[in-house]
Amino acid sequence: MKILVTVKRVIDYNVKARVNADNTDVDLANTKMALNPFCEIAVEEAIRLKESGTATEVVVVSIGPKACQEQIRTSLALGADRGIHIETDSMPESLNVAKLLAKVVNAEQPGLIIMGKQAIDSDNNQTGQMLAALLDIPQGTFASKVELIGDKVHVTREVDGGLQTVALNIPAIVTTDLRLNEPRYASLPNIMKAKRKPLVVQTPADLGIELKTHSKLLKVEAPAERQAGIKVNSIEELIEKLKNEAKVI
Amino acid sequence: MRESMEFDVVIVGAGPSGLAAACRLMQQAKEAERELTVCVVEKGSEVGAHILSGAIIEPRALEELFPDWKKMGAPLNTPVTEDQLFMLQSDNKSIKFPNLVVPKTMHNQGNYIASLGNLCRWLGEQAEQLGVEIFPGFAASEILYHEDGSVKGIATGDMGISESGVEKDSYMQGMELHAKYTLFAEGCRGHLGKELYQKFDLDKDNDAQHYGLGLKELWDITPDKHQPGLVLHGSGWPLSKGTGGGFFLYHTENCQVVVGLIVDLSYENPYLSPFDEFQRLKHHPVLKQYLEGAKRVSYGARAITKGGFNALPKMTFSGGLLIGCNSGTLNFAKIKGTHTAMKSGMLAAEEVFSALNNGCNGAKELTGFETRFKDSWLYEELKQSRNFGPAMHKFGAILGGTFNFIDQNICKGRLPFTLRDNKVDYAQLKVISDYSPIDYPKPDSKLSFDKLSSVFLSNTNHEEDQPCHLKLKDQAIPITQNLPKYLEPAQRYCPAGVYEVIEDESGAHFQINGQNCLHCKTCDIKDPAQNITWVTPEGGGGPNYPNM
Ligand SMILES: Cc1cc2nc3c(=O)[nH]c(=O)nc-3n(C[C@H](O)[C@H](O)[C@H](O)COP(=O)(O)OP(=O)(O)OC[C@H]3O[C@@H](n4cnc5c(N)ncnc54)[C@H](O)[C@@H]3O)c2cc1C
Ligand code: SF4
Repeated sequence: MKILVTVKRVIDYNVKARVNADNTDVDLANTKMALNPFCEIAVEEAIRLKESGTATEVVVVSIGPKACQEQIRTSLALGADRGIHIETDSMPESLNVAKLLAKVVNAEQPGLIIMGKQAIDSDNNQTGQMLAALLDIPQGTFASKVELIGDKVHVTREVDGGLQTVALNIPAIVTTDLRLNEPRYASLPNIMKAKRKPLVVQTPADLGIELKTHSKLLKVEAPAERQAGIKVNSIEELIEKLKNEAKVI
Repeated sequence: MRESMEFDVVIVGAGPSGLAAACRLMQQAKEAERELTVCVVEKGSEVGAHILSGAIIEPRALEELFPDWKKMGAPLNTPVTEDQLFMLQSDNKSIKFPNLVVPKTMHNQGNYIASLGNLCRWLGEQAEQLGVEIFPGFAASEILYHEDGSVKGIATGDMGISESGVEKDSYMQGMELHAKYTLFAEGCRGHLGKELYQKFDLDKDNDAQHYGLGLKELWDITPDKHQPGLVLHGSGWPLSKGTGGGFFLYHTENCQVVVGLIVDLSYENPYLSPFDEFQRLKHHPVLKQYLEGAKRVSYGARAITKGGFNALPKMTFSGGLLIGCNSGTLNFAKIKGTHTAMKSGMLAAEEVFSALNNGCNGAKELTGFETRFKDSWLYEELKQSRNFGPAMHKFGAILGGTFNFIDQNICKGRLPFTLRDNKVDYAQLKVISDYSPIDYPKPDSKLSFDKLSSVFLSNTNHEEDQPCHLKLKDQAIPITQNLPKYLEPAQRYCPAGVYEVIEDESGAHFQINGQNCLHCKTCDIKDPAQNITWVTPEGGGGPNYPNM
């Protein structure tokens, strides 16, 4: 079985995001970028399925500017077999991404598509669901466990009240949650090997998709700064302040 | 058995010296149509992540390495337009020196204000295009030796070991990287460099090395105050007499200024806190005029090797070379180490390449390097500035400054004698009973800030569950010796608040918050008991400086 994994290039989770001077976007100039952590978990899961003999090939796909190839190479270094880069200068909206991915799925015919539940930059949490709808195939979102049993994939989902296990026909979409696995580190020899693994570049036009914008970014602002806290000397003082200053009780 | 890989040359550290060496090696290989394998390991999560500098960059070495650097898009975009030099006399008084009396080495026409981190990112791209393998996120944690004692290469650290020392799920063993020649380009106070000094007795003939701690911030300022190309330097307040150092404030591109303070680590007062000196410095009108109403974007700190010519060690040993600030090539009269670090890397690359071409395999020491070095402008430049640092330290800023004016402008560094400064920095610290505590003002959170909110802006991060990378030779010393004698100065000299003394009913405890570490190396340098050893944490850990 072939597995398709989607990966996104995002601001590194260690970096404090900063709004640019004219409030039009987050300032990304010379900031460290990385593989979206949820996508990294998706790559790890696919590689584990390959190592256990369940999967035969792991293909990674990323959409965005040329620099995305770094994240594809990282995934190849972790153990994926080949990469597809769909090159666009802009970062397309979720629906466009889902439409592009639908084309890739149709061409590649994977048995399983593993995606991050969301990207940590815009936190949309919708591309996987949209792709499932576009392809009309089952989805198992927020996965904390993935098992192939017979011709079905069993996905344990993290839901509000606890865990829910669903059995899906394949092909299916799985989106990963944090507890699914702990990704490995790429080793030096594998990083070197990854440079020679195949990577094809396509454009949205090649796939017959015109990128449309459905929303407009008006303004980006940093959250209001938190006021410094104060220390109170007694419970009475605390209650007094909550009543009269904060007016919350 | 660890896995291993073979290269012709392995370079430790992707700073200006390591990257210039890598590029120069490949350029020569291309010219000679010879196959050459070069790899660079870098402990930061990406090239540039751990680089913190001023920086005013003199393009001399870059010009030699890439004569077309402007066309190729090297990020030196802001030429220096004006130099101003100040002596701060108190928290609101200052003298501005007329240009005429400023030592020549402090003039910056033809130089550029830039982010050294970004220059390194660019150099890294050039190196990769030339065929160098760069591995960011991998720290060289160990030196490997052949049986005959020559250097065989390095090993990268293990990943995925827990704090208590057990292998986690993500465990990955380190790798051995073997090379005919290994270049150590770790920058100021390299931790492998330190081992090499001892092993090969590299510093037996030179004066003691000296260091400073540089603290720096990046600010977004309002467009009406921004004068791209304007350079301010100064000394005096807030540092008290007897403490060397100076500030810088540069107007760089994108409506930003960088502001910083370098404090000589030869300071004597155990109550001194370089971080707090820096914070109060920004309230001085000379600096405040630009920072008021502006927004701080980033913070970081890094030690600087400033002993100069007199402290230069032997740079070669069998199997490799020390280059850049790891050997101390910084020119302190100019406070510039980038062009000299690059040049030392390029000279090393030329020596290594000619040795490889002659069929050498590393066993023989590259003694030819010394001739190459002595024939270069680098040697000439460092020699001319040899008295600058010792003069400042011996005579203080004003008299020392006068001496330096005569030495550098009138005699062009050719005075027929050399000043010496041979006492190591950590031994200068005096006991608390000689001093009274310094009363630092509380930060106002507009111009000055506390340590933790500052460290936050360095984006520093270390995997939490790993062995502490700040090793104490003797666990007891901080509390039994350093506390009574010096009030444990690590609490104050560490610019990241890594060291704390916590008192509870059972007494005082020394706590190390290793995750906050900025890899500045000050503790390794200044601990009066020389009890702290900085070792490499898991690769990728440490600051993530943008544009520093
Ligand atoms: C505050 C400040 C201001 C300065 N201002 C100026 C200025 O205006 N102009 C100027 O020219 N110079 C300036 N300098 C000096 C200049 O930054 C240095 O001289 C220069 O960076 C030295 O280059 P390097 O390659 O030797 O080392 P570094 O730049 O320190 O680079 C060393 C690299 O090696 C990596 N490394 C270290 N150890 C290991 C290991 N064991 N494994 C893997 N990787 C490792 C580090 O992460 C780093 O990336 C300033 C320095 C400071 C601190
Ligand atoms: S622990 Fe040492 S190296 Fe790390 S920030 Fe503090 S003084 Fe610098």
